[in-house]
Order: sequence, then C-alpha cells, then structure tokens
Amino acid sequence: MTDRPRTLFEKIWEDHLVFQEEGCPAVLYIDLHLLHEVTSPQAFAGLEEKGLKVRRPSQCLAVVDHGIPTTPPDVPIRDPQVKEQIARLEENCRKWGIPLLGPGDPRRGIVHVIGPELGATQPGMTIVCGDSHTATHGAFGALAFGVGTSEVEHVLAAQALLQRKPGTMEIRVDGNLPPGVTAKDVILAVIAKIGVGGGTGHVVEYTGEAVRSMDMEERMTLCNMTIEGGARAGMVAPDEVTFRYLEGRPLAPKGKAWEEALDRWRSLAGDEGAAFDKSVSLDASSLEPMITFGTNPGMAAGVTGKIPSPSDGPDRAGREALAKALDYMGLEPGEPLQGLPVDVVFLGSCTNSRLHDLRQAASILEGRKVHPRVRMLVVPGSQQVKAAAEAEGLDRVFLEAGAEWRESGCSMCIAMNGDMLEPGQYCVSTSNRNFEGRQGPGGRTFLASPLTAAASAVEGAVADPRKYLEEA
Amino acid sequence: MKKFTVLKGRVLSLPRENIDTDQIIPASFLKVTDKAGLGEHLFHGWRYRPDGSPDPDFVLNRPGAKEAPILAAGDNFGCGSSREHAPWALLGFGFRAVVSTSFADIFRNNALKNGLLPVEVDRETLEEIHRLAREEPGAEVTIDLPAQEVVLPGGRKSPFPIDSFSKKCLVEGIDQLGYLMKHIERIEAYERTHPARVDTAGLEGR
Repeated sequence: MTDRPRTLFEKIWEDHLVFQEEGCPAVLYIDLHLLHEVTSPQAFAGLEEKGLKVRRPSQCLAVVDHGIPTTPPDVPIRDPQVKEQIARLEENCRKWGIPLLGPGDPRRGIVHVIGPELGATQPGMTIVCGDSHTATHGAFGALAFGVGTSEVEHVLAAQALLQRKPGTMEIRVDGNLPPGVTAKDVILAVIAKIGVGGGTGHVVEYTGEAVRSMDMEERMTLCNMTIEGGARAGMVAPDEVTFRYLEGRPLAPKGKAWEEALDRWRSLAGDEGAAFDKSVSLDASSLEPMITFGTNPGMAAGVTGKIPSPSDGPDRAGREALAKALDYMGLEPGEPLQGLPVDVVFLGSCTNSRLHDLRQAASILEGRKVHPRVRMLVVPGSQQVKAAAEAEGLDRVFLEAGAEWRESGCSMCIAMNGDMLEPGQYCVSTSNRNFEGRQGPGGRTFLASPLTAAASAVEGAVADPRKYLEEA
Repeated sequence: MKKFTVLKGRVLSLPRENIDTDQIIPASFLKVTDKAGLGEHLFHGWRYRPDGSPDPDFVLNRPGAKEAPILAAGDNFGCGSSREHAPWALLGFGFRAVVSTSFADIFRNNALKNGLLPVEVDRETLEEIHRLAREEPGAEVTIDLPAQEVVLPGGRKSPFPIDSFSKKCLVEGIDQLGYLMKHIERIEAYERTHPARVDTAGLEGR
C-alpha cells in the first residue's frame, strides 16, 4: 500500500490487480460478469473448443434483452435467428449453471437496468459485459466497462482479464441544473465538448455539485454514455444516495455484511489531493436541453440552437464529416432545430428507460396527446420498471396520450428485435447512438432527454420541453 | 490465431472520421451464433443500395477490392459498440490491417485478439497512404510488425506503436487466453484472500 492520494479508479484497480509481469498487461480480477444473447454464443463455443470450463457461474448473470420483442408476452418470437440466440443462451446457462433471466422472467430487462435493480451492481466492484454501455454501472462507484466476445470468453474461463492501465480523466460539473435540463443533457453537452474520441484511453470520474445532486437513475444516464465520448468507463464516487438505492435489493449484502460493506464503500471515494491525468469542467447552470443533429453523439447543440454549417468546421476532415452527416440527416445548415418534423418518438434504452425517465416524460404527456403524425413507443427498461410504472398509473398516461406501452428490452435503440424506423423517418430518441442506420436502415435519429422527447411527441416536431414545465 | 509478421499489399481508402462499429457491421447482422459470413455484410449500409445491389462507387465494390489486405480509414476508427463482429467482418472480407491516426479502445482490443492489426500512424503518413490508394491503386504498402514500421513504395517509413505483449501474441500466433490459463493458480490465490463480492446464485428459483 502507498500513502499517495488515490482516485476512486486507482483504488478499485489496485484492489483487483491479481498480478502483472514485466512487459505484460495487468491481470485484473472481475467480480461480476453480465451476459446477454448477442455477444456470448461465440464465447461459449470458444470455451468448449478449448476444453475449458466456466470458472465462477455464481459471479455471472445472464439476461435476454437485445433481440427480444417488446410485443405482448403471448405473441411468440417470430425471428428464427433471435429464437436461436435465445435458445443458445438458455442452453449455455443451463449447462454451466449460470443464473439466467429468460423471456418469461418477471425480473428480466435491459442488462444495464437489471444489474443495479437487483443489487448485483455494487460500489468498488469490477463489472464487465459484452456491451459497451456497461459503463452505466460506474454510477455506483464500480469500475465497469464493455468487452468484446473474446474477452467474454476470457472472463468465463478465468474470471479475470488482461488489461493495460488506462489514464484517468475528471469531468467536473459545477453548479445546479436549471429546470428542464437533465442528466442526459449534461452528458450530451460533455460529448459535444470533448468529442467522440475525447476520452479514449481513459476512465472518467464525474465530480462536482451537479453530479452529487443527481439520484442514482440520473447518474446511470450520465455514466451510460461515457463510451460515446470514447472512454470505456465512467464512474461516480459512491455516497449515501448510492447506499440508500442499494439497501434491501435482492443481491445487496444483508445484516452484518451490509454494515461491513458500507465501511468498505465509504472508503472508496478519491482521496483529497488525488490527481487526474486530464480534467474538463462544465457549468451546469449554463446548460439547456440538448439534441443531436448529426450522425454521432458529439454532433449536438442546445435545442434553441441552429444546425451548424460545415464551412465553420475546424479542419477539412471535420467539415467533410459534418457535410456527410447533414446529407444523411437531410438537414440544412442554419435551420433552427426546434420545429424540425418528427415521425417517431422512442422513449427507452439503457440510457433513459428507468422509472425516473418514464415519470419525467409522463409529466409532459399527462392530459396531452401525441401529435397525430407521430408514433411514440414507450419501452420500460425492465419488467420491474414496467410493473412499478403501472402501479403508479404511468401506463395510462402514455396510452391515453396515444403512445404505445410495450414490454421491456433494448428495442429501437439497436433495432434488432423488429422495432425499427422506416427509411427516411426522423426519430427523437432517448437512446444513446445516432449513427447512420442505428435505429433501422435509412432512419434518422435525434438524441435527447425524456422531457425533450415527450415535448417533441406532443408537437410532432423537435421541441423545447421547458415551456411545458412552466405551464405545469 | 493466425500469425502476423510482415504484410505487403494494396490499400483501400475510406477517409472518414469516427467510423463506428454500426457502420462496420450493422446490428441486424449480429443475430448469429458463429463468426462466419460476416464479411459479406461489412459496411453494409454504405456498400449496398436500398434495393440490395452493390453501389459501384463504394470503395469495397471496386474491382480487385477483395485482394487488398489493408484498409486506411480516418481518426477514431471503430468507435461505438463493443461488437467483436466488427473485426470478424473486416477479416472475413479479407483485411489483415487497418491504418488510422487513432482507434477506439474496445475495437483495438478486439482486433488484436483476432489477428487484425490496428496500425496507428501520424496524420501525414495516413494522408500519404490515402493519396497512394487513390492515385496509384496498384501501389503496395508494407506493414512490418516485428520492426513496427509502415513502409511506403517511395521508401517513406513510419513507426507505429503496439504493446509488447500483443505484438508477441500476433507474431507467434498465440491466443491471449493461454496466458491467463497458465496463471490460473494466481487467480485462485487472489480468490482465497478476496471472497466473492456477489453471489448471483441467490437469484435462482425465485
């Protein structure tokens, strides 16, 4: 042990370092391995080819989320490939004794929603999943990052990974968020500022008053999109908000173990004077609701802004990229963002599908109607989120407004399950990626918060949610 | 894993920044349980028209494209999703190396584990490679992994970084998992002093 002040990341890294040999990457122990149907079959197959075993099935948790339809549970899965992937996951989990939340499980949902919800995600852990939005779990003060299928296989076989130690990056958000400005707007502003490669090679820690004031669901939204800024992991130091969220959850420690865990967790926050390799700061009070206009999450502006002109770009590559993006989006430089027509609104994804998000959207839709030109899909992040929302009548609000209230899953964020845009359609989406074709071939995505999505659904066009809050 | 030592061949130029893994292989092609056939769908959205026919203007559809083992791209190649289907698709098409000024972290890791070499060069060298690919499509570039050097036909040489462990694995064709399994007793020793922080078995049968 050293007396040098350490960041949250450094503490977790050192606590999980099994060993490191000269000229080799570190061997990092993994506490929790989350699995889903899309990025795991080749890993299980690789394991079998090599004659290896799953070492620690009780540190794995599998769920079906990417391909599962959001249609009512009595509608059979039609896509034969999706059926095959789900069957393969069921078979692999059965064979190795890995707990699985299958299609009929009332606890299933998006992997990054159910981990925290079940209390599997805890401070100080290392968590991986074959999915880049594993960054979400960093909201609990865990080191959580996405891995490829080879690394899924490594963790299945060894419960450890070969890692090079990343740099550290602080993103400090000072001040308070104005009404109508959410965690989603903060992260979109962060990515617009640092760029989609700005965090490459680093682990981000979010600090500052605005972050401290966020509840766990907001912190998850913030950490979730860290990968969109190029950093594999984003974290928030655990505090009383974190502990209150976890207490009593099914996999959280109980009794004496809970008290011991609290002692450990309280020592995780970065030490006074611990230094980061890079630091960026933002003033929360100056932010407005954000929306993307291009084909990567860094191409975002305040909702009252205009579409920028490629000729204002900093360099040739940037100008070409923006020109290509606007061409794909069918948008003109100088056009105001507000008022751009919208065909579909998607409320869902591991970024914004938790109860807090549904409540926010419902606060605008209550007593209002989704614009006749708009199809609005509401896809809760898990079956438990769905049940909780129904218990407080949010489903009625959405249905009465004319939105679709669906079963949980990744749905139109990744468009693998049949929920997808038609070519050319515009969608205000609370998800995390506006890449070309992400929500369906030819589909065009505006990323925004649940509030902005709901306001846009009402107007049938990109809208500023703040006027609805003032009316309320 | 296939060995990678010295690669000499033609280059296809795709000079776009921030090429994300959804462009490399769209999610609709991830509904598979093996790695085969993904090369057919590499850059699907750019490569095929809405009616499914190949777009003759796209660089992968030009004559001889399949024989070029090197792809030159723009900054931050492979950003976005963690899908390892991206390097599988690039390899499936016939690429063995991608040249750029920078790579997204997860893509780089995935590529290295599959024998696809991410070659990170300075901007000037990358622009020269794009120019060559455009103006002298027959020109061959050499990527010398043991020497960690890119050599252009005019004799220009440019170094590229790679960590010594990944380099050794590529040059010798070793699967990185072998290293972990060789040291499994050290992982077991860690587990003896660090009890599991979670027990998911508690969820079963509820």
